[in-house]
Amino acid sequence: MRPSLRTTLFLAPATAWLLCMLVLPLVVVVVFSFGERGGAGGYVPAFTFENYANLGARWAAFRNTLTLAPFGTLLCLLIAYPLAYYLAQKASPRWRTLLLILVIVPFWTSILIRSYAWIQILGGNGLPRLIGEFGFGRPRFINTPFAVMVGIVYGYLPLMVFPIYVALEKLDRRLLEASSDLGSPPWRTFLQVTLPLSLAGVATGSMLVFILLMGEFLIPQLLGGGKVFFIGNALVDLFLQSRNWPFGAALAATLVLVMLVTVTLYLRSLRRLSGGRDDVALM
Amino acid sequence: MRLYALAVYLFLYIPIGVIALFSFNAGRHAAQFSGFSLQWYGKTLANPFVVGAFKTSFTVAISSALLATLFGTLAAVALQGVRGRLRLLYDALVYVALMVPGIVIGIATLIALVTVFDTLNPFLATLTGPDNPFQLGLGKGSLIAAHGLFTMALVIIIVRARLQGMDRSLLEASADLGAPPMRSFLQITLPQIAPAVMAGFLLAFTFSFDDFIIAFFVAGSETTLPIYVFSSIRRGVTPEINVIGTLVMAASLISLITAQVIMRRRSH
Repeated sequence: MRPSLRTTLFLAPATAWLLCMLVLPLVVVVVFSFGERGGAGGYVPAFTFENYANLGARWAAFRNTLTLAPFGTLLCLLIAYPLAYYLAQKASPRWRTLLLILVIVPFWTSILIRSYAWIQILGGNGLPRLIGEFGFGRPRFINTPFAVMVGIVYGYLPLMVFPIYVALEKLDRRLLEASSDLGSPPWRTFLQVTLPLSLAGVATGSMLVFILLMGEFLIPQLLGGGKVFFIGNALVDLFLQSRNWPFGAALAATLVLVMLVTVTLYLRSLRRLSGGRDDVALM
Repeated sequence: MRLYALAVYLFLYIPIGVIALFSFNAGRHAAQFSGFSLQWYGKTLANPFVVGAFKTSFTVAISSALLATLFGTLAAVALQGVRGRLRLLYDALVYVALMVPGIVIGIATLIALVTVFDTLNPFLATLTGPDNPFQLGLGKGSLIAAHGLFTMALVIIIVRARLQGMDRSLLEASADLGAPPMRSFLQITLPQIAPAVMAGFLLAFTFSFDDFIIAFFVAGSETTLPIYVFSSIRRGVTPEINVIGTLVMAASLISLITAQVIMRRRSH
């Protein structure tokens, strides 16, 4: 079927935008990643795999990202699930909307400002000082993996709560009643009815958080102080400080590739876990 | 269960409370509260760098959100008539725009634009004369284009979801009664998708206004508000950031409530 004139006209600006600002830049990244570094930084055309072979030089960034991003996602999930469960099943309907709005409001303020709040709380003059006054010594929080984890959970919790809430809210209460009528203890009903039926929400939430964490730069930068760095921090360094564009392009391309592979594997295993149902899908 | 929820809400709101409280701090030291004062509000609002950064952010956010909403809505409407391979390709592009991390979008846009500009600028220089040659560079334009890409994809998704849930029988009735397609669009489709368009615009504006990472790469010599905040955090803890944070939070809360009220009224 040939699109009509109106369809073509309506689609033209969006198509031009997607081609110029998405397709072209991504193609440039791939082309650059096979190039060589110029004398003053920048790019010299070439076809070499050297940049990819050198990725090991940034191994620490990969290791941090691939351990802290899944761990952060898991932590968000563990903290968000009970809250979502409470909101969907236990909270009184009168307060539910307000409570939900209260979960998103922090998400509407920039992650920059929210991380800054934690710099003040976890920094030397915040919590450590308070703990010190009670005579427990002055522990160090800021610039540790712990601080980065707090920032991650704080930043992404709302994104995890919402999809799980939506899944639990749709859950048919008659199923829960049937399960308990048939003599299942509550924990068993939870494991065999509630949890499997909310897996779609769990999948959506953890995918959203995980994808955003893989490209994270600000939280490790501000709360990890250069000691706990992610691939994002390595990328900023390569593009804005040491100006090694071809190597940076190879790193960026690898990041996207690793992300796609992880997401695919995760969704596939989850689909198997839920017995091949189709509602476990990201979007 | 209720106690647990309370604990999570405390965790969510204590940092925001800290920001708001310390913005009224009388003392210089950010970490010690030494009395209530509005002096930091006065100082911050009188700082030309803060005002300039705010203006840049606002201009970029308004322009990119308007363009993204216009083009995104048009595309979402047009996509209803597109099937087959073209549709699949388009859907894939939109998802890629949303899925690729902001940092990669920032980098990709930076190196692509710099390469294109470096190629075009010598030609432009010979075309426009050696005295005051017209040259392309990073700045507000590249910020608007890069932010608009992501937010347009967002608008397409939101408006399309609304279009799919729309009652098609109204459109058919309108066509049966002899209304030309444009009229049906303006009188039936548009009012029905208006809330989604409005929500898309607000999301687009907020995203652009808050974005740091894409702007960090493509802003050139421009300073947006998040870039200003980032560089002042690097220079050290200052109460000024608490003031900016409180003002931005208050503003987005007010716009959120306004949007809610507008949509409520529409639906009654």
